[in-house]
Amino acid sequence: MDDKLRQELNQQGIVTTSLEAIYNWGSSNSVWPLGFGLACCAIEMIAASMARFDLARFGAEVFRPSPRQADLMIVAGTVTKKMAPQVVRLFNQMPEPKYVIAMGSCAISGGPFKQGYNVLKGVDRFIPVDIHIPGCPPRPEALIHALMTLQRKIRDQKLTGPERPRYFRDETPGEYPTPTTGAHDLEPAFNKAIWRPPKIMRQE
Amino acid sequence: METLEQIKARAETALPGLQLAIIPNGNSANPASLLVDHDYAVLLAQFLKDDSQLRMDYASNVTGIDWPDVVEKQKVRVKREFRGQEIEVDEIIEKVKPGYLEVVYHLYSMVLKQGPIILRLRTRNRTDQTSLPSLTPVYRGAEFQEREVYDLFGVQFINHPDLRRILMWDEFQDYPMRKDYQEPDDYEYEPTPHDEVLVKARQHYPQEAPHG
Repeated sequence: MDDKLRQELNQQGIVTTSLEAIYNWGSSNSVWPLGFGLACCAIEMIAASMARFDLARFGAEVFRPSPRQADLMIVAGTVTKKMAPQVVRLFNQMPEPKYVIAMGSCAISGGPFKQGYNVLKGVDRFIPVDIHIPGCPPRPEALIHALMTLQRKIRDQKLTGPERPRYFRDETPGEYPTPTTGAHDLEPAFNKAIWRPPKIMRQE
Repeated sequence: METLEQIKARAETALPGLQLAIIPNGNSANPASLLVDHDYAVLLAQFLKDDSQLRMDYASNVTGIDWPDVVEKQKVRVKREFRGQEIEVDEIIEKVKPGYLEVVYHLYSMVLKQGPIILRLRTRNRTDQTSLPSLTPVYRGAEFQEREVYDLFGVQFINHPDLRRILMWDEFQDYPMRKDYQEPDDYEYEPTPHDEVLVKARQHYPQEAPHG
């Protein structure tokens, strides 16, 4: 249906939509995050959900205490290697459709702890991240921007066809392998299916 | 509070057989410390806690130090035979001073509002004789901090009630705060590394020679 006809019908009091649009509209306006904070970024996440910044305007104020009721995992803070298996397990326990926002330098790359021995260098080594927010910590506005970007992504997704999202495909799993804590490092150190070490291009 | 020399003298009369050494510190705050033998560590801690003038009832801080083996080079004149003649030659002798692990306790008195008294304990070496007496039976608050020293330095505390790793996971086998610890090579190196990171980057990308 073209836009002109839709506008004309709207003026006559008839609302038309597609299943895809109304499905995406519904799920994009009720993204319930998992109440889950790891470090100082969690304080900014809490500030974003409180009255001053009011994440409730975007339908994402219901921080769920159980992963079974959550749609969005906000990885807010430093993921240590000891914590990484639990983060992956929480993600695996969330029902589809599920999304991940990696909030702050630590969650996206290890941040100031990148050269340490005990911090995971980016949570995208084990779980698929939809939105990365830089910042140390990011301001609540940045988290709101990330949520709005995620909403736009949800509204644009196709429910059928080759571009349909991960959870409408049979071949892509909803669960990701949980690493085990080994004698020197996590085993494996990253999930080969979703992350590869970047090839560094050096210019002399 | 009494000076460290007075405390040392009183402790040595109270505990016969005790030998304390005062370790000076060149720092401007001059926090000199007492080096105590393994057998007397718990007795000395109990003495410092119970003594009516000291009342050191609070172990504020427990930490570890790794002192690696030190190679000392000495020049020695040696007589050698050279083409039938006896001449004197300089020879360099390498002496290895074995390293040790050290645990430092900072004790304060909450009752008399004084302190600190700093205790040091040293292990025999860094490899197989790394045990020390635990002061947790005297200072309950030292329990987690001794576990941390065990976790990061590998000091085995005898008579500790619950000696497990506290920060790293149980399966972990290394001691990350030791000087010779090799961390896992699991990060991407920035395009312009320098100093220590440059050395690591060269090992990480052996085919390249980044920046000269």
